[in-house]
Amino acid sequence: MIDIKNLVKQFGPFTAVDHISFHVAKGEVLGFLGPNGAGKSTTMKMLCGFLSPTSGSIAVCGHDVEADPLAAKSCIGYLPEGAPSYADMTARGFLDFVADVRNMSGKDRDWRLDKVIDQVNIKDVLDQPIDTLSKGYKRRVGLAQAILHDPPVLVLDEPTDGLDPNQKHEVRGLIQAMARDKAIIISTHILEEVEAVCSRAIVIARGRIVVEGRPEGSAGWRIGDILAAPGKLDAAFRQVTQARAA
Amino acid sequence: MKPMLAVLRREIAGYFATPVAYVFIVVFLFTAGIFTFYLGQFFERGQADLKAFFLFHPWLYLFFLPAIAMRLWAEERKAGTIELLLTLPIPLWAAVAGKFLAAWAFAGIALALTFPLWLTVNWLGSPDNGVILAGYIGSLLMAGAYLAIGSCMSAVTKNQVIAFVVAVLVCFIFTVAGAPMVLSFFQGWAPALVVDTIASFSFLGHFNAITEGVIDLRDLVFFISLIVVWLYATAVVVDFKKAG
Repeated sequence: MIDIKNLVKQFGPFTAVDHISFHVAKGEVLGFLGPNGAGKSTTMKMLCGFLSPTSGSIAVCGHDVEADPLAAKSCIGYLPEGAPSYADMTARGFLDFVADVRNMSGKDRDWRLDKVIDQVNIKDVLDQPIDTLSKGYKRRVGLAQAILHDPPVLVLDEPTDGLDPNQKHEVRGLIQAMARDKAIIISTHILEEVEAVCSRAIVIARGRIVVEGRPEGSAGWRIGDILAAPGKLDAAFRQVTQARAA
Repeated sequence: MKPMLAVLRREIAGYFATPVAYVFIVVFLFTAGIFTFYLGQFFERGQADLKAFFLFHPWLYLFFLPAIAMRLWAEERKAGTIELLLTLPIPLWAAVAGKFLAAWAFAGIALALTFPLWLTVNWLGSPDNGVILAGYIGSLLMAGAYLAIGSCMSAVTKNQVIAFVVAVLVCFIFTVAGAPMVLSFFQGWAPALVVDTIASFSFLGHFNAITEGVIDLRDLVFFISLIVVWLYATAVVVDFKKAG
């Protein structure tokens, strides 16, 4: 569903993303890991058609993001970093706006709105300006916006940042419930999250893929050559990112 | 079309979400009234027309319209919502046009609310309402040109105050391009062709021609093409700046 080949992004002399290639299939939840400034968000911005790559190609559901951006964007639900939303609108007005731009109409639209509002549990704050909502609610409104059109591809940049432990648990449950028929990429700093929801992980540092990781049943996760026991992922993460960065 | 209308609706609602829109309209009407009755000597002229009213529109718009346009893109960039907007399946031109049309509609509402003046002049005498209608059309077109410039300047920066100041400056240049003060500066050394070109970019010249009651195709084309060019520039700037 997501096919990235030799992706490069340069900002002037600085190379933010350096020949990254990967593939995400339906049913997979790919964890996108790496230190701050590693190029995670830049990669996601290119994937969602916000930034143009310097070179390389991105295809989403068979649509090239550069050649046919509208078709690609229609297949993607995207939660940008920090979950930006229009502060002066109410949560309901904001979701209505997104539904309009996404050309949703009729029964399907009402049904999706109801369902999503229920899924992320924002019924109580629907008519409040987003400005006045707590961080957790803002994040959930952002998530609602991303899954509103039931997209086959979901790109979530730090979806649980700023949520309390209960809310994190809920959002993870939501991601898991949607995982079966979608291709999902989440970036995160929280390694327990990788263990909780991801079926695969990519660690990037300085714009390059350093290692890939996948779960090995009850033995924990295999990150490159290292086998990390359950709950011990962060030691392995430090080892791979610092060794390569040095 | 639907995505563009969604942006348009959202922007209009954005204007009226706070009291700012109402304050703005009241101040605009108040200022337009003062200019018309005191500076324009509406009564003293003793003529049943709205020349005294339209005469000051370029100068009113010079400050009021950049204030309407300044938030269009600067606010999106500052709040990070531009990333959201531009990753939705909406073509860039539709987002640019939707925002511009919202600002233009807002300016149109403010302009339409000056109708008591039209009533007054019709009550006092029997003006040529065709000329007045031409004046309103010209004024609206000119407002569009100011707003298109403002929209482009709003895309240049994420700071609304800077967007406002720069837009006022650029609008001022276009407003006075044909004034004797500016032309005499060039006349001494520049070729006549250059001087004529500068003069032909003057908002004042084109607008005054329309308020005389003569809707010349050239004046319409001038304002409309100016709007198109500045909106195109807005799209280019938005596209270029999103990386930074």
